[in-house]
Amino acid sequence: MYSALCRLLPGRLGMCVFETLQKVTIIKRFPKVIVHHYRSGKHEWLTFQHFTLPKCQYVTKANKGLYQRAKPKAEPSASSFPEKQPLINDETVLRSVQQIPAIMPHPSSLQESEGSTTGKTPMAEVAEDKMTAQDIREAKQWKEVKVQLPDLPGIYARLSKIKLTALVATTASAGFAMAPVPFDLSCFLLATIGTGLASCAANSINQFFEVPFDSNMNRTKNRPLVRGQISPLHAVSFAVACSVPGIALLTLGVNPLTGALGAFNIFLYTCCYTPMKRLSILNTWVGSVVGAIPPVMGWTAATGTVGVGALLLGGLLYSWQFPHFNALSWNLREDYSRGGYRMMSVTHPLLCKQVALRHCIALIGLSTLCPVFDVTTWTFPLISLPINLYISYLGYRFYRDSNRSSARKLFFCSLWHLPMLLLLMLTCKKSLFTNEGAAHHKAEAEVQA
Amino acid sequence: MSCRSRPQLPCLGKLLWGAVIRSARVTAAEADRCAVLSGRCCPFSNSAADQSENGAEISNFQPPADSHHDWVGPPDRFSNLRPIKFYSLKNESKLKQQLRKLRIDTQNWNQKFWTDQNITFNKEKEMFIHTRLKAKGIGLRDEEGRKNTLSAEEMAEFYKSFLDTNYKKHVNYNKEWYKRNFTITWLMGRAVLQSAWRKLRWRKEVRG
Repeated sequence: MYSALCRLLPGRLGMCVFETLQKVTIIKRFPKVIVHHYRSGKHEWLTFQHFTLPKCQYVTKANKGLYQRAKPKAEPSASSFPEKQPLINDETVLRSVQQIPAIMPHPSSLQESEGSTTGKTPMAEVAEDKMTAQDIREAKQWKEVKVQLPDLPGIYARLSKIKLTALVATTASAGFAMAPVPFDLSCFLLATIGTGLASCAANSINQFFEVPFDSNMNRTKNRPLVRGQISPLHAVSFAVACSVPGIALLTLGVNPLTGALGAFNIFLYTCCYTPMKRLSILNTWVGSVVGAIPPVMGWTAATGTVGVGALLLGGLLYSWQFPHFNALSWNLREDYSRGGYRMMSVTHPLLCKQVALRHCIALIGLSTLCPVFDVTTWTFPLISLPINLYISYLGYRFYRDSNRSSARKLFFCSLWHLPMLLLLMLTCKKSLFTNEGAAHHKAEAEVQA
Repeated sequence: MSCRSRPQLPCLGKLLWGAVIRSARVTAAEADRCAVLSGRCCPFSNSAADQSENGAEISNFQPPADSHHDWVGPPDRFSNLRPIKFYSLKNESKLKQQLRKLRIDTQNWNQKFWTDQNITFNKEKEMFIHTRLKAKGIGLRDEEGRKNTLSAEEMAEFYKSFLDTNYKKHVNYNKEWYKRNFTITWLMGRAVLQSAWRKLRWRKEVRG
């Protein structure tokens, strides 16, 4: 039958080959399933047989048009198609649904469509085949913009960049802990939570602004707004719902200075840093200030003033931002260029490397200044020297080699370097009792005398 | 817009040609799917004028008729943006209509910009690589047939020049995007408040 029909119409021969080839193509993508198809299909001309798992029905279309009619699977209205490789059942059913209407619009008139099936040219069949396979794949990836409650925590976590927020809150709590005042747990918690909420809000607004840019960069294309999981209004509402309690908590629960710093930081990040990313390389410096403010907030939450210690801590964070960000941006140059982001790594590569190295070395200097201003004991610059030297070494390698691997090494080092530095600082904090304790006794003795 | 009223001619046309001609395929598939999947008229804005102006591929996807939400699709292969099929009621308010039209317009505008940007970028990148390789005297492909590439440092020159040449364009796009984004969100907020207010009034009327 196969060969006879092939001989009948010369044009069809090409189509046989074409279809065979086409099936081969499909095989590549869905190997497990189509092999099955192919074998059974071999004996029949113009056949595509779908063998489905029990849930669905067989649809076999042969040259004589003998086939079972498959009842189209009812599309669950609230479902979202899986993004991963489709199961054969879904693919097959959809395929059958779409094949039939292409011939005749009404599904109940399938008897008539039998005739028209045979009447169709093979090219049309093949084209249809190709089209529907692609459409099926595409249809699999369309999702309803309907937020399911169980998905919300995950969406919010990604919207607020929860890991970055956690790091920011950690730096704020480190600032609080380093302040030379007795530790107040409730104030500490309020300051940390308030800073965390402010950070969530700032990150959400950042993502709200950057949807088309994020879509075009590999690093950011799975963000909730890019994927359309929530609407822009939802993201803004979330940001407001975080920022208002966060700033209120800081202003009323801690002190107005901390609240003001928090609000200023949100403004700096969303209204200065985010737009500047596309205007000038100065955005990196602004971004570093944004990163430096949380420990200052922690300090002011504890003491109520911006002391030298706060500035030192802020300075350490400020310097840390450069090796961290410059190394990260080094390997994203193509994406940044295509997305229109003006980063040092793209427009001023030499400056990028110099600044990263400079600030690695500055970390050593700032660590040494800590005991000078009574923030820590002299042990701190000594024990932090190894890690500071190591990051400086990697900064130097990055400056010298300027390749992918040295950039990655520097970036990953910066990720553990900061928590380690803060931890060491905490362990070397200048104890209150050595300083103030002695002074207190002295004062008491004077009074008694 | 009645989908059923679309002529059957596209189907016949396809039968006759049998070739994969995009527009015919799209309209035929649209008509067929519309008719099959929706007992009533499909509420999704799917006209060619709405969805595409610039040769961007119109997706054949037709959301189920009983859905009351927007549907977001896979990223476009040129612009990397995800298309959205916006849901609209027949008797939607003026505000909602304005919002939907703005969103569709912004979607098309964004699609055009990013398609243009990405295609230009890739084209210029290829040209840059070709000219550099030529200047070096190296062929486009090495002995094993793989494409020859330039080092990251050499490519960086191109990335810098691309950014610099397109600076004004990016700045203008930025301004326009921020404006549109704010307007859309503002209208969304108003629409939500309006719906909430209407619901509240309706409930009051029902009770009172």
